[in-house]
Amino acid sequence: MTGHLSRDRVAGILLVVGALAIGWATRTLPMGTLGRPGPAFAPLLTAVLLGGLGLWLALCGGGPSIGEIDWGEAPRTFVLLATLGAAALAFEELGFRTVMFGLLAILLIVVERRPLLPALAVALVLSCASFFLFADLLRVPLPRGPFGF
Amino acid sequence: MADTLANLALGFSVALSPEVLLFAVIGCLVGTLVGMLPGVGPLAGISLLLPATFGLSPTTAIVLLAGIYYGAMYGGSTTSILMRIPGEAASVMTCVDGYAMTQQGRAGPALAIAAFGSFIGGTLSIIALMLLAPPLASLALKFGPPEYFALLTLGLIVLAFLSGGSMAKSLAMAALGLFSGTIGIDLMSGYMRFQYGIVALGDGIGIVPVAVGLFGVSEILLAAGRAVPPKPQRPKLAELVPTRDDLRRSVGPIGRSTVLGFLIGIVPGSAHIISSFVSYALERRLSKTPERFGKGAVEGVAGPETANNAAACGAFVPMLALGVPSGPIPAVMLAALMVHGIAPGPLLMEQQPSLFWGFVASMYVGNLVLLALNLPMVGLFVNLLRVPYAYLYPAILMFSVLGVYAAGQNVIDVWIMIAMGGLGYVLRKLDFEVAPIVLGLVLAPMIETALRQSLAMSSGDYAIFLTRPIAAGLLGVALVLLVINLLPSRNWRAQLGIEN
Repeated sequence: MTGHLSRDRVAGILLVVGALAIGWATRTLPMGTLGRPGPAFAPLLTAVLLGGLGLWLALCGGGPSIGEIDWGEAPRTFVLLATLGAAALAFEELGFRTVMFGLLAILLIVVERRPLLPALAVALVLSCASFFLFADLLRVPLPRGPFGF
Repeated sequence: MADTLANLALGFSVALSPEVLLFAVIGCLVGTLVGMLPGVGPLAGISLLLPATFGLSPTTAIVLLAGIYYGAMYGGSTTSILMRIPGEAASVMTCVDGYAMTQQGRAGPALAIAAFGSFIGGTLSIIALMLLAPPLASLALKFGPPEYFALLTLGLIVLAFLSGGSMAKSLAMAALGLFSGTIGIDLMSGYMRFQYGIVALGDGIGIVPVAVGLFGVSEILLAAGRAVPPKPQRPKLAELVPTRDDLRRSVGPIGRSTVLGFLIGIVPGSAHIISSFVSYALERRLSKTPERFGKGAVEGVAGPETANNAAACGAFVPMLALGVPSGPIPAVMLAALMVHGIAPGPLLMEQQPSLFWGFVASMYVGNLVLLALNLPMVGLFVNLLRVPYAYLYPAILMFSVLGVYAAGQNVIDVWIMIAMGGLGYVLRKLDFEVAPIVLGLVLAPMIETALRQSLAMSSGDYAIFLTRPIAAGLLGVALVLLVINLLPSRNWRAQLGIEN
């Protein structure tokens, strides 16, 4: 079914769905009046604009069929995003150096299949050197984990 | 004129102070590297370095960030010419003839002309900025909320109009950015909007996580399966000297592209990118031998490289004089000034003369530094590209997390960056431009406040936008652009290289 829909039409449908979601989310905010708009006015206005443009694209959009888009790198993309997400989850608990060492090691060893020792060395040097540069020299506050690491 | 020279003298006294000079050089160096590395780009580079400026004075911070911006314009040309890898989008057109010159064994002259063109375009544009910004700021003092609302609306529409591809898609992205900008506290009523109990969202969504996610992370996600870059060439210093014929052919393109780039730079949009495309198309059209383009025409290097640097300087005019960013990069720099407690706008020149003129003077210094850096150190810089991409992108991701966390001191910003990276990946797969999202996000509070203040001034009468000449004129131009876009023939956009 999706193979027959053009890329822009699918994008248009997604935009309309997004606009409806924004419109629904504004229901709890005071709307005000046209002359004295309230906090809901601007978000609703952008939702109307987004929905209108989405509808336009859904009806008139062209481009190649959605099925023709090459999503070949998508699994790798998902792995990268999941690794970043895991790093974000552990960031404040385990500290910058530990988490960044883990992030780099996973990306280099698991995702990129680099040799173990050089990859670990790169991960260790990068995580510690960047912490030294930003946290120690430039005084940027970065989280420290257990044992001050 | 005497005032301008006196102010410039003040500026040079600031720009040549050891601290500012040091950070100008660091900014230029980092910018050159950022411009060379595919997948980083000036916007991500500036965003990543933003937290490192918090401990600096406002002048030093803005000089560092500006150095990264125009340094990236220089750096992007090196990889384009030597390896056919545009480090950032503004260098795409330089690949065409620059790399063809390299294949003919003429990489040296191509690099030299690119550096000279960038230097001349950048330097002349600073002079224009210096002369144009003060009167523009005086004019802006006459602006009230309706005029600002009209100006900001026009800015978004011009950006969508000049973006490659569909204007409807660009406007949709601007709307998405505008919505994102409404998240957090409503400045006029104090209501929390779309916060859902997350305290960190009270101040709204930051520009840095959005910019780094949309530009830096999504680029890495898209390039996940990229092949190893080709082996770089390293021309020797003695081979850099262009021939007399190269110089003769480059004079016209450099002159024209300086004017063109500066004017496009003032207009909202991704000016440095658009200007290089338009310049290339213009030079090819004006050439008596257009068939040489694509096969190593030096004009095809001189024009785009001059134009993107001139545009980079031109983009600072509305930012400094009006407090209105003309694109995502000036938007991030505007945010940097705000972090330091500086309110950019028409009063900046009066209230912060040493910052304004120090910044202007530092641009002269920066262009000289870049000219001195780029030619002799080409070989050294190119070595960086020998680092395998498999090692490079994890490091970029690490610096993305570091930069984003450091800017907001909140892990929510890291989550926003990851979400924006994923969103940017999908949007770019669906052929959407992501730059309007960032501009919309930056402009949202200004547009909303200007709209609501205008309506408060007029007791709810929308005619206020039509009865004030400047506001009506600006909105009229916006309407004309929308109508032109609806006309059936848009071939001129393709001819100018704006169309995909």
